[in-house]
Amino acid sequence: MIVELGHYALIMALATALLQSVLPIIGARTRDAGLMGVAPAAAIASFVLILFAFVALTVSYVTSDFSVKNVWENSHSMMPMIYKFSGVWGNHEGSMMLWLLILVFFSALVAFFGGNLPATLKSNVLAVQAWITSAFLTFVLLTSNPFQRLSPAPLEGRDLNPILQDIGLAIHPPMLYLGYVGFSICFSFAVAALIDGRIDAAWARWVRPWTLAAWTALTAGIAMGSYWAYYELGWGGWWFWDPVENASFMPWLAGTALLHSALVMEKREALKIWTILLAIMTFSLSLLGTFLVRSGVLTSVHAFATDPTRGIFILCILVAFIGGAFALFALRAQTLSPGGLFAPISREGALVLNNLFLTTATATVLVGTLYPLVLEAITGAKISVGPPFFNLTFGPLMIPLLLAVPFGPLLAWKRGDLWAVTQRLYMAAGVALLVSLAVIYFATGAPVMAGLGIGLGVWLIAGSLTDIAMRSGVGKVALPIMWRRFKGLPRSAFGGALAHMGLGVSVIGIVAVTACATESVVTMKPGETTVGGPFTLQFEGLKPNTGPNYTELQGRFVISRNGQPVSHLTAAKRVFTARQMPTTEAGIYTNGANQLYVALGDELPGGGVVVRVWWKPWVTFIWFGAIFMSLGGIVSLFDRRLRIGAPAKSRAPAVAVGQET
Amino acid sequence: MTRKQKRLAIISGGVAVIGAAVLLVLFALQDQIVYFHSPTDIVEKQIGPDTRIRLGGLVAEKSVVRGTGTKVEFAVTDTANTVAITYTGILPDLFREGQGVIVEGAFVPGNPVFVADSVLAKHDENYMPKEVAESLKAQGVWQGEEK
Repeated sequence: MIVELGHYALIMALATALLQSVLPIIGARTRDAGLMGVAPAAAIASFVLILFAFVALTVSYVTSDFSVKNVWENSHSMMPMIYKFSGVWGNHEGSMMLWLLILVFFSALVAFFGGNLPATLKSNVLAVQAWITSAFLTFVLLTSNPFQRLSPAPLEGRDLNPILQDIGLAIHPPMLYLGYVGFSICFSFAVAALIDGRIDAAWARWVRPWTLAAWTALTAGIAMGSYWAYYELGWGGWWFWDPVENASFMPWLAGTALLHSALVMEKREALKIWTILLAIMTFSLSLLGTFLVRSGVLTSVHAFATDPTRGIFILCILVAFIGGAFALFALRAQTLSPGGLFAPISREGALVLNNLFLTTATATVLVGTLYPLVLEAITGAKISVGPPFFNLTFGPLMIPLLLAVPFGPLLAWKRGDLWAVTQRLYMAAGVALLVSLAVIYFATGAPVMAGLGIGLGVWLIAGSLTDIAMRSGVGKVALPIMWRRFKGLPRSAFGGALAHMGLGVSVIGIVAVTACATESVVTMKPGETTVGGPFTLQFEGLKPNTGPNYTELQGRFVISRNGQPVSHLTAAKRVFTARQMPTTEAGIYTNGANQLYVALGDELPGGGVVVRVWWKPWVTFIWFGAIFMSLGGIVSLFDRRLRIGAPAKSRAPAVAVGQET
Repeated sequence: MTRKQKRLAIISGGVAVIGAAVLLVLFALQDQIVYFHSPTDIVEKQIGPDTRIRLGGLVAEKSVVRGTGTKVEFAVTDTANTVAITYTGILPDLFREGQGVIVEGAFVPGNPVFVADSVLAKHDENYMPKEVAESLKAQGVWQGEEK
């Protein structure tokens, strides 16, 4: 019964969304408060309806109602409860439901917190959100209905793909979608501004928190996905430049650019048209990502439950929205008045540089991702574009950008003094150089580039610390005043510094693991040993074990250093009973920031087994850096100026001296 | 600086970065891409040694020979033609005889055996890599549903 109600709620939600698509726009045109008032009510109604449908689907999963086709295909009564629950979005239909739920969740947030938005802007934003909602609801109802029944109902389900039976599935897709779909708000604000033909600093102040929230979630989502793939696939890799990874990375790059350009717009009213364009591009890339992932047009190692026929539908939505938005942009962008002036060497100039590099890098990733499709369409040749392409194009573009990062926050708005900033960064540069030299000198076998790369990471970290120190007046004022200034710094200053620092931490991890990781494939019999980094692994033998819905062969290893046992790890080969599908469970031993990673291969006659051992120095820095970046986003979100719902009134007189405005 | 000069500075900076990126992309697309071939392509076209390619098809029945160590020999077929492969390392979980796989690597001079350094199978048992499905359809031996 609840299943039919869920289906019905989806249809009702479509009707509501259609009303919300049209009436508020007419209201905004005719200044009719009644029609404009439809928007928030409809937005909240759609949210409640889709939430109900989502709960209905979740209930069928949790109670293992195999009369629902979607549940039968992707669940099993023996599965642990957490996977029954997260299995809701471990398939195409459920994943689109999650997408929709998050979309209307954001609309409802705008409706709820948007009390002090100009009425016409709010109506237009919610109407544009409703266009997206209607398109995807139609998609779900026509092609991907999760509420389809089976008769007679099967007794047992076909189980969730074992690779997805992991805590990662509970976290990664919701985080990723919060990011992907969160950018829809920026898109709606941009389109609404174009419809209105009016845009000002208040607009940017409104858009920034949404961008920040989406970016923060996307950063965490990508990092989580990377770590999940790293430990689950048993290949020891954390990034493959796979199409599905690129699909999430492109909106991230564009979103990062948007975050920075919105800053210029908010503070200086410059870069208006560019910011609008970026907002449209970022969400377009999110839509493109949804299309690439869901349609499976590109061969990927991460794609699950893809369906090319339904991909066409998403492609149509994609073309309609991107095409429509760009057409509107072409028609209306001229009506927006240009903003403030600035010298090339200035904070604005630095942010333009950031945008230039980030969007160019996004374009190279886009070319690399789509080139196989284009080439096949034109010549019929099938190719794959792999890591060498991206290392050669994306890598060189990032180096100048990363070198420039510490200068940005130290430059003054409008007109900056590059020489003065360079002097302030002497210390940071010195530290970075020393670390580089130390790495080159002490880490034998590591290439010179590794030393320079790690120096680059240190440069980013030291640069961020310099920024905070300079703003607090270190070396200029007495300690108590310094402390007061430090406490009085806006949260966004800390957020920015934390995010840049996180970038540095990730760079160090990436460089260290790329340059210094070691890998070996050996056959081991019980009692034999092999070496991984500074550790020795002794194989104890294989032992069978039974889990709730799988059986496995565990390989146990004792880890010792200098002859002293320090720990042990277990790697396993699992076979999931329902699908008879084997998976590799890597054994990971974390030592400081380093990891020892062991995957089991085939059993050999005589009790031996093929073992692949990786030593990954500093690998956890990659994800810790991303966590810092997300934390930076969260800290910035709590900035007084950006707090959601804070009235856009003129600022109170600055408390702290030297605080930039 | 006048407004015109400022604009000129920003635009020329932009052109320089984008130009550099375009050059890099063009260079990388010449050298760093890997072509996909079916076993029939390998027989029909002459593919020189040391050219990195991707080769896809089904793992031939009864072709998998696991050595005593970490080396594995098998063959990839599109039913018309078959290519022998050697690979050192751990095979993916879903690697089985009769399953679709893509291997990446190169021929070494003077040897008809393809030396693979990576073997891709999917993490979904119903999955067939798109390229493999198409090359099997081209051979008329596709047995899955028409998509």
